Amino acid sequence: MNFFWDLFLGGLTRGSIYALIALGYTMVYGILQLINFAHGEIYMIGAFTALIVASVLTMKGMTGLSVLMVAGVVAVLYSAAYGFTVEKIAYKPLRQASRLSPLISAIGMSIFLQNYVMLAQTSDFLPFPNLIPPSDFLDSISHLIGPSDFIIILTSTIVMISLSLLLKFTKMGKAMRATAQDQQMALLAGVNINRVISITFIIGSSLAALGGILIASHVGRINFYIGFNAGIKAFTAAVLGGIGSIPGAMLGALALGMAESFGTGYISSDYESVFAFAFLILILIFKPDGILGRSSQQKV
Amino acid sequence: MKKIKLLQWIPIIVLFIAFGQPHPVFGQETIKIGIAGAHTGDLASYGLPTVRAAELIVKKVNNQGGISGKKLQLMIQDEACKPELATNAATKLVSAKVHAVIGHICSGATKAALRTYQDANIIVVSPSATSPELTISGRYPNFHRTIAPDDAQAKLVVDFAIQKLKLKNFAVIHDKGDYGKGFAEFAKKFLEESRSAKIVLYEGITPGAVDYSAIVQKIKYSRADAVIYGGYHPEAASVVQLMRKRGMKTVFISDDGVKDQTFIKVAAASAEGVYASGPKDTTKNPLAVNAIAEHQKAYGTEPGAFYLNAYSAMLSVVNALAKTKSTDYKAMRKALRTYATDTPLGKIKFNEQGDAIGVGFSMYQVRKGAYVELK
Repeated sequence: MNFFWDLFLGGLTRGSIYALIALGYTMVYGILQLINFAHGEIYMIGAFTALIVASVLTMKGMTGLSVLMVAGVVAVLYSAAYGFTVEKIAYKPLRQASRLSPLISAIGMSIFLQNYVMLAQTSDFLPFPNLIPPSDFLDSISHLIGPSDFIIILTSTIVMISLSLLLKFTKMGKAMRATAQDQQMALLAGVNINRVISITFIIGSSLAALGGILIASHVGRINFYIGFNAGIKAFTAAVLGGIGSIPGAMLGALALGMAESFGTGYISSDYESVFAFAFLILILIFKPDGILGRSSQQKV
Repeated sequence: MKKIKLLQWIPIIVLFIAFGQPHPVFGQETIKIGIAGAHTGDLASYGLPTVRAAELIVKKVNNQGGISGKKLQLMIQDEACKPELATNAATKLVSAKVHAVIGHICSGATKAALRTYQDANIIVVSPSATSPELTISGRYPNFHRTIAPDDAQAKLVVDFAIQKLKLKNFAVIHDKGDYGKGFAEFAKKFLEESRSAKIVLYEGITPGAVDYSAIVQKIKYSRADAVIYGGYHPEAASVVQLMRKRGMKTVFISDDGVKDQTFIKVAAASAEGVYASGPKDTTKNPLAVNAIAEHQKAYGTEPGAFYLNAYSAMLSVVNALAKTKSTDYKAMRKALRTYATDTPLGKIKFNEQGDAIGVGFSMYQVRKGAYVELK
C-alpha cells in the first residue's frame, strides 16, 4: 500500500511538471494550430536563468524563501520575454504561409536556442541548488510526501486553477477563446489578434519556466539538453489529452505521469518510455483526438 | 577481343603488386616492430600516443646498442579504428615480416586483425583494447594487453562490496548504454557466482529522463543494502541525490564513468561516501614520471590517452626480446609470461590468457568532496 502511495505521488509530481509544459503547447496550438517545438527550450532557459540569479543572490548573502521568489520571478519574466520574441521573430512573419513553414521554423528555433545556451553557458551538467527552503510544516509532512514533490503539486494546482479562471472570466480569456474558435470572426468582432497571440506565448512561456525551476530544484542538475526530453513528453501529454484543449492537457499530463510511474514501479523501468507511448497509441486508437479533444471536423 | 585486352593488363598488374610490396631494407639485421592503430580520423587521439611511446623507446634502445646487437625498427600502419582497414594493416605488417605488434587500439579493429597475426605466429600487445572476449575466449593465444579488460572492473566492484563492505542484497541499475549495461551485466554475473549475495533488483533507467523518483522508490522497497550502478555521472548524480533526499542510507557503488569530478560537483553533499572504481593511480610511479617527462621533452606536450599503457607494452616486448635473445614466437610468448618487466604501470607480466597481472582498477570513495583511492 505504501509502495503504491509513493508511486502515486511520484506520478502526480511528474504529471504536474508535464502539465505546466503541456499547457504552453496546447494553448499555442489552440490559437495558431502551430506545434511550438521551441517550447521545451523555454523551459530550459527558465531553469538556467533561475540558476544564474540564485547563484548571484546566494553569493550576495541572501537565503531561504527570498532567493526562490526573486529567482523565480526573474526567470519567469525572462522566459516570457523569450517566448514573446520567438513568436515575433520566428512565427509572426509566417502566419499566412502554409502550415509546414512555421513548424520548420519552430524546429529551427529549438535547435538554435539549444546550441546558443550550450555555447553561451556550458555543455556540462551544472548542479542546481535546492531552492525550496526547509520549513517546519514541510518537515512535519515529510514522512508522507517529499518537500519538493509537495511544492510542485501545490504550485501546479494553483497555476492550473488560476489559468482556468482567467480563461473563463476575464476579457482577455474571452478574447483568447474567441481567437481559438475562429480567428477571422474574432478579428471582425474587434479582438486584437496579435495581442492575444503574444499574451498566449507569454503565459505559456511563464508556465514552462515555472516548470523548469521546480523540476530543476527537484532533480538537482541541468544542462542545455533538458528541454528536449521534457518537451517531447509534455507534447505527448498534450496530444494524449487532446491538443488544443486546456483541461485535456492537464488530464493527459497526469495520465502520462501515472503511466510512467506505475509502469516503472510494478513492471520495469527499462520500458518507461515504452509505457508512455504505448498508452498514447492505445488512447489514440479509441479516441483519435485525445481524451478531451474536439473532433477535427468542427475546426474546418 | 576482350580476353586479349585483359591478358595485356596482367603483366602490368603483376608489376604493380611487386612494387607495392614493402622492401626489407635492412634484411634480418633489425628487429621489426609493427605499430597499428588509429592515427587519423576522429579516434586519432587514442592511437598517436602509442606511436610516440614506441618511438621514444626505440630511440633509447638503439642508442644503447639495440637488443643483442640488433637495432629496433618501427613499421607504422594506420587503420583509423576501422575493422576492415585493420585487416589490411595486419596483412601489410605480416608481409613486412614484423616480429611483434604493438596494437591495435580499438577492440573491434583488434579482433579483426588478430587472426592474421595468429596465422603468422606474431606476438601482439595492445595498450587499449578492453573487450573481455579477446583474452577470455582463449581463441587468440598471441594476444596480450597492458590494460584491464572491462569485466575486471565489475569483478573488483563486486568483490569489494561482498568482502570488504560485507553487503548482501544488491540492486543493480544501469543506463541501458553499451558501457553501463556491459558493466551491470558482468556485475550481475559475478554476484550470482558469489552465491552469498542476492540481486533484489536489476533494471535499466532512461538517460535524460525528467525524474527518477519511481526507480528510487523501487530501490527503497527492494530493501537493497547497496546499489551497483553501471553508467555515467549525470544520471548517477540524480539517483544519488533523490536517494539521500528520501533519507535512504543505501550504499552507492559505481564505475569509472562516475569517477569524475563533475559527479561530485553536481551531487554535492549527496556524493559523500559514494564508491566508484577507476584506473589505478600510477602517476606517482617514478617510471611513469620519467616517461611523461620524456614525452614533454621530445614533443612539448602532455602525452595523451593510453600513453603509459603503450609505453609499458613496448617495454614488455623489448624485455621479452632481450631475455630470449631471439624473435621466436614460442620463446617470446613464454618470456612475456615468465619475466616481470618494470614499467610505468608497475612490475608486470602476463597471465596465461594474455592479461597483464597487476594492471587494473582500484576502488575510490568520495571523502570531503574528492575521490580518495582505497588501498
